[in-house]
Amino acid sequence: MIKVNNEFKNYLQNSLFKNVRIDGRGLLDFRDVTIESGVSSTAEGSARVKIGETEVIAGVKMEVATPYPDRPEDGSIMVNAEFLPMASPDFEPGPPGIAAIELSRVVDRGIRESGAIDLKKLLIKKGEKCWMLIIDVCMINNDGNLLDASALAAIAALKDAKFPKYENDELDYKTKTDKGVELAKIPIAVTVVKVGDSYLVDCGIDEEKNLDARLTITSTEEGTICSLQKGGDAPLTKEDISKMFDIALEKAKLLRGFL
Amino acid sequence: MTYDKRLDGRKFDELRPIEAKAGVIPNAVGSAWFKIGKTEAYATVYGPRELYPRFLQDPSCGRLRCSYNMMPFSGAGDRVRPGQNRRSKEISMVTDKALLPVVDLNDYPNAVVDVFIELPQTDAGSRCAGICAASIALADAGIPMKDLVSAVSVGLVDGKLVIDLDYQEEAYDKGGVADIPIAMIPSTGEITLLQMDGEISKEQLLEGIDMVKGAMDNIKEIQVKALKDKYNTSDKSE
Repeated sequence: MIKVNNEFKNYLQNSLFKNVRIDGRGLLDFRDVTIESGVSSTAEGSARVKIGETEVIAGVKMEVATPYPDRPEDGSIMVNAEFLPMASPDFEPGPPGIAAIELSRVVDRGIRESGAIDLKKLLIKKGEKCWMLIIDVCMINNDGNLLDASALAAIAALKDAKFPKYENDELDYKTKTDKGVELAKIPIAVTVVKVGDSYLVDCGIDEEKNLDARLTITSTEEGTICSLQKGGDAPLTKEDISKMFDIALEKAKLLRGFL
Repeated sequence: MTYDKRLDGRKFDELRPIEAKAGVIPNAVGSAWFKIGKTEAYATVYGPRELYPRFLQDPSCGRLRCSYNMMPFSGAGDRVRPGQNRRSKEISMVTDKALLPVVDLNDYPNAVVDVFIELPQTDAGSRCAGICAASIALADAGIPMKDLVSAVSVGLVDGKLVIDLDYQEEAYDKGGVADIPIAMIPSTGEITLLQMDGEISKEQLLEGIDMVKGAMDNIKEIQVKALKDKYNTSDKSE
């Protein structure tokens, strides 16, 4: 693993300037993407996403809860990310660190703000009972770009999910119904990274550790942006953002094709 | 009424289908995936690496540190809250003890060998699956070992001895159930993990241990094959 180191950073910038990446890809090429649904029989819905050697598993659990007092007619969704220590020598056991919290919040915003899920349809009885969908994304192997992989896995797991049987106030996890989660929109997150003067997508771990700025853009089929997150230490200009938007929308089409 | 036919139709001494793979996590020094029925475990090994905080270091030999964790969606019922709980801490500790007798860490003073066991789905027998996966992962990491450790549970369902209980058998409510996870060093028959809940007589327990012993070769063969397959390049090119 290569830590931030000026010599390496210069090398990275110079080679990017010549349109060459460490692993030989073009600047705007994704690694191979695979999605596999139904990977956990105990989850109501699940999916495994691999992007190159990066691998994550998302699982949806559905619980019956009480609606929030200020939203008595809405069900709820929650996204959580687990940076399991098995996925990288850099991840330590313990409560979620800031990277895991940021990732889960960005994935959550993409799903929530796109209006993918109509929370009203998760209501069982006004003010008393509603469905709560909990999406847990577990990192299996980190080789960069966990965010795009996690957002894709979360949506794939939701597509795979089936409600368990709920009758006479009793929840039966063993019996799945035919009813799936209605997804009005499919939000796709693409993180565009800036290193020096170059833009690139789907960063490997060494590129990620040396990025200057990154922008995660989540968009729907129509090209509407539903969530943004800027990261990295360097600022971005309006021109940067405009170019990054175009790249993200283009790449979102590619990722959408895998679902 | 007696338990004369198993709920899933298996014979009393029949294991669920087992699959295993070695070297599944590229970042890890050693890793494995082990699946028995619908119980699935990943195990990854990181290290030997320096152990912090330093007061935990042992200058005479390295330490083994196992951690067992269920993914939040891997339980049959409600979501499992992330993070360690009393159950997972205990299982981590007994997993440690189950593996320690076969590993030789004398060459790694002040170091730790971390074993992370993660479960994407469970249907009973998860600590045994974790131990099977962990011992493949330790071998894959090149840690000196005198044997693998294989594990499976045996139990009494309404008076009948059965091997490798699944969740519906563990939860059988028409008669008493005893559940006994056992880990063994296959070459010597020594037992490195033994736990039980339920009720059982001494005779039945000894008979149960023999039943596990009879299944050891079968499990170990699959573990060894997983390790060999990693280096069998002719399969990979298919």
